[in-house]
Amino acid sequence: MTEAVLVNPLDNLVEHFPSGWLKKDERPGYTGFIVEREHLLEFARTMRDDFGFDYLSMVTAADYIAEGKFDVVYYAYKTIGGPALVFKVQVARDDAVVPSLVGLYPGAEFQEREVWDLMGVRFEGHPDLRRILMWEGFAGHPLRKDWKEPFYEEDVKPFKSRWPEGKPVNADDRNPYNDNVQYPEGFDPESWVPEAETLLYSGLQRVSHGEEFKTDELVVNMGPQHPSTHGVFRMVVSLQGEKIVDLKPVMGYLHRNHEKIAERNTFLQNMPFTDRLDYTASMSTNFAYALAVEKLMGVQVPERAEYIRVMMAELTRIMNHFFATGFLLNDLGVYFTASLYAIEERELILDIFEEVSGSRMMCNYFRFGGVVRDVSDEVLKKIHKLVYDRIPRKLEQFDTYLTNNEILRTRCEGVGVLTADQAIALSTAGPVLRASGVPYDVRRADPYSIYDRLEFDVVTGIHGDIYDRYLVRVEEIKQSIRIIKQLLRDIPSGPILAGKPAYQVRVPAGESYGRVEGPKGELGFYIVSSGKPNPERYHVRAPTFINLTSLAPMARGEKVADVVVILGAIDIVLGEVDR
Amino acid sequence: MSPEGLSKPDFDIPPEMQNQVALTTLDRIYNWSRKNSVWPMMFGLACCAIEMIAAAASRYDLARFGMEVMRPSPRQSDVMLVSGTVTKKMIPQIVRLYNQMPEPKYVIAMGACASSGGPFKEGYNVVAGVDKFIPVDVYIPGCPPTPQALLHGLMTLQKKIESQSLKEVSWYKKGPGEAIPVPVLGPDLIDLRKIALIREKSRPVADLKAETASAVEASQDGELPAKEEQND
Repeated sequence: MTEAVLVNPLDNLVEHFPSGWLKKDERPGYTGFIVEREHLLEFARTMRDDFGFDYLSMVTAADYIAEGKFDVVYYAYKTIGGPALVFKVQVARDDAVVPSLVGLYPGAEFQEREVWDLMGVRFEGHPDLRRILMWEGFAGHPLRKDWKEPFYEEDVKPFKSRWPEGKPVNADDRNPYNDNVQYPEGFDPESWVPEAETLLYSGLQRVSHGEEFKTDELVVNMGPQHPSTHGVFRMVVSLQGEKIVDLKPVMGYLHRNHEKIAERNTFLQNMPFTDRLDYTASMSTNFAYALAVEKLMGVQVPERAEYIRVMMAELTRIMNHFFATGFLLNDLGVYFTASLYAIEERELILDIFEEVSGSRMMCNYFRFGGVVRDVSDEVLKKIHKLVYDRIPRKLEQFDTYLTNNEILRTRCEGVGVLTADQAIALSTAGPVLRASGVPYDVRRADPYSIYDRLEFDVVTGIHGDIYDRYLVRVEEIKQSIRIIKQLLRDIPSGPILAGKPAYQVRVPAGESYGRVEGPKGELGFYIVSSGKPNPERYHVRAPTFINLTSLAPMARGEKVADVVVILGAIDIVLGEVDR
Repeated sequence: MSPEGLSKPDFDIPPEMQNQVALTTLDRIYNWSRKNSVWPMMFGLACCAIEMIAAAASRYDLARFGMEVMRPSPRQSDVMLVSGTVTKKMIPQIVRLYNQMPEPKYVIAMGACASSGGPFKEGYNVVAGVDKFIPVDVYIPGCPPTPQALLHGLMTLQKKIESQSLKEVSWYKKGPGEAIPVPVLGPDLIDLRKIALIREKSRPVADLKAETASAVEASQDGELPAKEEQND
């Protein structure tokens, strides 16, 4: 490690480069640097190789239609910890081309495709620039500010009235096709040739035939309806015998336009939508969104609320990891036995969530500056019983039956290996990254809330295979229990919300990025506010979406039966992948 | 099941034989056996699927209703639980799966999204309710519905099955049933049953103007408008 890596270079970064390469972003409320498009590649290479920003966490774009330009935004970190390097490239809306960073950071592949799909910014040099969430042939780039959906009513909510003249109007009735569709002018449905996914199939590596030994090549489509894809996810796999030659994930089957809807919503209206991102861990998504908006608002969260927040986030982690481990066994062929045990524990935690928030899964519990309801002493007693008695016992049971189970070990050890270098380059996060031996945990690397006072270990694996990912998850449950025990011991009394509860919050103009270590990895919200009641830009850095970039490298060379387990070990949730 | 639920019409069965004999109609025993082994298709779309799993797990236990056998293949299933947001990208597959299910088949729209689009209705990739394409038997409200609500929906389906009669059901009619045309992904979702409407409504504006203009011309004998050139 060179010395430069350990120094924080961000203060006088501009002087490091020839003049005209970059400048500080001096818009009020903004941070980071604006890099000239021509020098982006060279700049990123220097930052990665000389300064150690080896982890490109997020790529997105924002549409500033009034200024007529797109900002392509990059967030890079060091895996040894520390603040973010934020850099942006500004391009004109009619010349939206940016050099691709996939060569430097392979983890940018899907994110750049997403920006192309939804914003229409073309990335020059991208190896496989297809649409990712919508389908090839869809008209327009939906996240552009001048693109309007078929059910468009007004730019922002709250709408003037859904009951003009005292009667409700059905959205379908306002549309000429009486449905949620719109077509370009002069479109003739009968002459339309449906897209045959030629680009997808031609991008797939195939078997090269030897002279003497001829094998049949086979392309298998798994999903979107497949019992082991954890939802509506599709994998296109090319096979040689049983061996996987190449794999391409296809997603977007659950793309429900979270970002477009969110940019019409007011800030608080988005909170329940964040529940539906990672629907197995809604408290964590609440947490990240609340952090991002609070950063802009500059509110101080009361002490008790912080404790409650962290407690809920850690319970979510326990619940999620139980679920993930149970279903990993499902993918191995243990038809539902292990997951039934896991769901049993999950139900107990859901009971707590229902008691504090009123809903089992969609908690909608966090507010800007605190939480919505206080936690009663009975609930604390219940949590106490869970973490001191029930969960450790169950965990021991899991350990006894699974951890040294011969079948589990044979199926998982050495399968789906990701080395530390690969894991960092592919921008994986969470247990996938840590199982490869990279001790990167946002709770430690960039502490938020009260994590800096809590005692816990960052769990890492060694081999980066499925078995290590399993071990990391089990160990993280133990660490979460440890955290909750400290919280129960120290939780103070006091208010749970800063200020008065309000439907409309005042969010000053600027950008912010709030991130938490969710159960599945770094979960971040990138928010641009223009001072209005609605976010100008709202982007979710979904950990599982980016973790899926590593699916193909992990699966190549493995047997087709293992690809199901490899996918299961990433622990995807489609609400978050497709948003 | 005790014979009380099955025995109908009410014949007087001697008390000592009540546990051995039941007199019933063909409809009743046919529906009774059908409703107690409804096999759902193992098919989850979104958040509601997690609650569906919870309902199938030990606490709520779908097996009490004979519904624990989730079949991953549509060929072996009786009911499709549409559990989650139906997107335009997914609806062709859902319609295809529905077409592949053998009769008698039922559809339950679980949750707000499957029923009407729910909180995501305004989204550009969201189908405003699965009933735009396939017929739905039971709607379950909720976002997501709790497992109890799902169980209630399934019991409602059982009641519906109970009320059907062999004489009237469509699957014993002559000839094959009609498959629903699988929608196509174009510049937007194309419902093949609405092709005429789509062509009609998406005609070029210039065309429409020319038409109205020529109508005006016919009545006023004016000159041809210059807009005709934009037609190409």
